[in-house]
Amino acid sequence: MSNLSRRKLITTGLAATAGVAGLGVAARFAQKYGLVPPDHRGIFGLGETLTYASQRLLTRHSLAREFSPSQISKPPFANETAPPSDAFKRLQTGGFADWRLSIDGLVDRPGSFSLAQLKSYPTRSQITMVQCEEGWSYIAEWIGVPLHHVLDAVSVQPHARYVVYFSIQPDWWDSINMTDALHPQTFLVYGMNGGELPVGNGGPLRMRVPRQLGYKSVKFITHLTVTDNLKTFGKGLGSAAPEGGYAWYAGI
Amino acid sequence: MAGVESVHAPLGVCAPSSTSSVPVTTAPSRHSVFVRVTHWITTLCFLALLVSGLEIVISHPRFYWGETGNVLTTPLFKLPIPSSRNLVPTGYGYVLPDQNGWSRYLHFQAAWIVVLTGLLYIISAFFTGHLRKNLLPRKADLSLRAFSATIINHLRFQRPSAAEAWSYNLLQRLAYLFVIFVLFPLIIWTGLAMSPAFVSAFPVTVTSLGGQQSARTIHFFVSLALLVFLLIHVVMVWLAGFRSRMRAMITGRAGTQTELP
Repeated sequence: MSNLSRRKLITTGLAATAGVAGLGVAARFAQKYGLVPPDHRGIFGLGETLTYASQRLLTRHSLAREFSPSQISKPPFANETAPPSDAFKRLQTGGFADWRLSIDGLVDRPGSFSLAQLKSYPTRSQITMVQCEEGWSYIAEWIGVPLHHVLDAVSVQPHARYVVYFSIQPDWWDSINMTDALHPQTFLVYGMNGGELPVGNGGPLRMRVPRQLGYKSVKFITHLTVTDNLKTFGKGLGSAAPEGGYAWYAGI
Repeated sequence: MAGVESVHAPLGVCAPSSTSSVPVTTAPSRHSVFVRVTHWITTLCFLALLVSGLEIVISHPRFYWGETGNVLTTPLFKLPIPSSRNLVPTGYGYVLPDQNGWSRYLHFQAAWIVVLTGLLYIISAFFTGHLRKNLLPRKADLSLRAFSATIINHLRFQRPSAAEAWSYNLLQRLAYLFVIFVLFPLIIWTGLAMSPAFVSAFPVTVTSLGGQQSARTIHFFVSLALLVFLLIHVVMVWLAGFRSRMRAMITGRAGTQTELP
């Protein structure tokens, strides 16, 4: 019996050591391959990191589901947003002619783009689902320019890790890593269902990240920053969402 | 550590099924340490998932069938409760506080812990013989007479015999097998089918269910089924002798002392 318990003790000890060493290796691996979300601290950090890491590994090259034109939701659904800011209303009265998207950070040619300039890039469309974390959803055709075209135009530097994007509405910003930023379905959207993008759906310019829940697809985009460190933005949690208690990664 | 499982484990893997008649000399546990630990981790996670799931549902207490659904489309059914969003027409004049943030964080964290615990449990149940000995119906149970006798005993709310304190009866076994191999896989599957990232890699997991909103509706019903299981489970423990059954699942000791209900 004492032999058995000694053997048990040794095996348990070895297993525990291997476990701790394995966790250490896993943590190093996860950091190196960008599998740790910026909101990984706190009591829910474990689940959040497991979700982000496993989904990143599973979905590196996957495409969000696309639907047929007959599946487009009629009538189109526009959820409520905060009342437009004064800055937004000023641009709206001018028919958004003066709307600008500025891009800076780790890029060789920082610049500012008008909607007309963005529309001069290759136009692409996707019929994808907007899924809110609340539970509702709708399908629409989204027309715009893939974000990677715009990032190519400003020439992103090799050590870039995230793209941070800001709405004209105060305290509304988010970020995605370069895998999502360069993903073929990540669009700067200016059109919807064959027409202009309605204000209720984020017009004149919104982000579309269709492999994540709706709140990643921030409306009324005016500014992009390319960075290698999210700690310098807001409270350092990666976006406004974790500051309001919501996860940075919204793939689930 | 001298559980029935651990005593048998070294033999159980390769020995024929007759090992179940090996006399147990040390004071046996009713439940092995492994079963007890996984049971209580599962309990905690399930309660966390239930509470957080309810908080998530009240932000949109409407259910749909197919791919999409929102306040402009006709729901399959609505829960007659107020919502935590003013966007949802509920007929109530007030809006509940938004608890979705921490609820979603907690829901996924508890899901991870319970899924990993469940995997360990299943693997161990196969290799220690727990599945064969304690969960799969015994041959003697499978006669129509034995089956109807168990049902009648249940319908009469008869307290189980002392021998039954040492094993699961047929209805228990069937209920546990159904929860472990039908409801749990189904709730994980329908949960993942709601994830836009997961279905981008495995679209068939959602298309086979009829769409993302169908997955959400099925997820809701499976969680109700699990809740019903939990309630019946607790009532049964109560009827069988709450203190002795709790002691068996916490300390492993199964007393034969009688107790008043």
